[in-house]
Amino acid sequence: MLLIHCPYCGEERPELEFRHAGEAHIARPENIAEISDEDFAHYFFYRDNPKGVTFERWRHMHGCGRFFNAVRDSVSDKFLTTYKAGEPKPDIADAANENQINTSKGQGAK
Amino acid sequence: MRKYSGFALVREAMRAHKGWDRQWASPEPKPEYDVIIIGAGGHGLATAYYLAKEHGITNVAVLEKGWLGGGNTGRNTTIIRSNYLYDESAGLYDHAVKLWENLSQDLNYNVMYSPRGVMMLAHNVHDVQVFKRHIHANRLNGVDNEWLTPEAAKEYCPPLNISSTARYPVMGAALQRRGGTARHDAVAWGYARAASDRGVHIIQNCEVTGVRRGADGAVTGVETSRGFIGAKKVGVVAAGNTSVIMQMADVRMPLESFPLQALVSEPVKPCFPCVVMSNTVHAYISQSDKGELVIGAGTDQYTSYSQTGGLHIIQHTLDAICEMFPMFTRMRMLRSWGGIVDVTPDRSPIIAKTPVSGLYVNCGWGTGGFKATPGSGHVFAHTIANDNPHPINAGYTMERFKTGRLIDEAAAAAVAH
Repeated sequence: MLLIHCPYCGEERPELEFRHAGEAHIARPENIAEISDEDFAHYFFYRDNPKGVTFERWRHMHGCGRFFNAVRDSVSDKFLTTYKAGEPKPDIADAANENQINTSKGQGAK
Repeated sequence: MRKYSGFALVREAMRAHKGWDRQWASPEPKPEYDVIIIGAGGHGLATAYYLAKEHGITNVAVLEKGWLGGGNTGRNTTIIRSNYLYDESAGLYDHAVKLWENLSQDLNYNVMYSPRGVMMLAHNVHDVQVFKRHIHANRLNGVDNEWLTPEAAKEYCPPLNISSTARYPVMGAALQRRGGTARHDAVAWGYARAASDRGVHIIQNCEVTGVRRGADGAVTGVETSRGFIGAKKVGVVAAGNTSVIMQMADVRMPLESFPLQALVSEPVKPCFPCVVMSNTVHAYISQSDKGELVIGAGTDQYTSYSQTGGLHIIQHTLDAICEMFPMFTRMRMLRSWGGIVDVTPDRSPIIAKTPVSGLYVNCGWGTGGFKATPGSGHVFAHTIANDNPHPINAGYTMERFKTGRLIDEAAAAAVAH
């Protein structure tokens, strides 16, 4: 089971409290009625599904109930960092460093 | 290839078993093939076999980064059934069941297809309504499926607990008698042997690292860990890694990859006569010919390529198994493992041409691809050979996500298949 750091609660909590909510940073087109079927399919159905660093949404269902974003390595399942919804995509190199600092403090993910 | 038979067994027994051939050859890759299949799992090997057998295309290579049958083919719970809701699904999965019925004879390899019946339990009113709807739809499509009362279900599968005080009482079941299991490794090995015999090159430990395309955008071959191999047609059958391979050809896919786990118990004497599935409490169970209980769990909620999943998923499944079959409560579990399954938004596969000329894809089988292995290979071979789909897989395109013509088995069952 993953241990996930909720950026709102400021705590690492077990995965059972959370709900995975798909790839992050997929913006709903503001002119949704005007875009082509092709563009809609890419917004709605198509995913990067990366092997390696992945940006994803989680919801702290059985905690604060809020959505946030996470950067995770989809091969090792280790979290690099989590951040609040609406914040920009973090620099992955920075996130990796931060994770190392966290790990040295014994707070690494999983 | 020397044919396997009772006579061959006796002959070899008389001469210390020195006359058995290797089941398939391990040739060095040629510089160019007519068709390259990426992925030597059941679906990929079946595709190569039917390309050679049905379409006379024998200059084929099957590339595998690990060993053949070592991915999801060797990691699933071997359930075979075809009682899906939609016409397209019934067509595809029943095509596979019909091929399963004679597969051992066709391949001259005992794949141990055992139509022992697949029983799907209904635990609430919604299940009952959905299953009955499935049964009617199946019968209209000529697929066998019948409704059982709890008592009839108990008679068919005596270990089943039908007590009304159970946390999730059994309110009935849908039974497909032609459903059952097969030996997953034998399926991969049988297809590999039969394909190799027809001239197909099976190249293991050969990881594809790039897809090369010409000036017109068409595929010209693949870069691999053993150098460049040319081909005008490339079929991707890479299960959980499909997105990764397709990205090498700049094609984005409507796929997400999830871990799916299974486990087996210590082997015991025959005690469990059929396959039982419960979508509601999420447990799948049968007994292998070795005597192990083979149990399937659900997917983890997050995407991953780790080939491992959370322990709580397995615990949840075992809770359900113990409740439905109290006689297994003291059984010890021997091994558990995970595979990476590629899931489409509508939970139906994609067996189709792609926007790249010469590139074909067979993916999106999600949690239930094993049952379709022969049918999937058969129609995919047709698609590659003719550059046009077989009528059975005509609807399984990527364009359906643009047109909205989904084959929405996700809505039909709302769970793993």
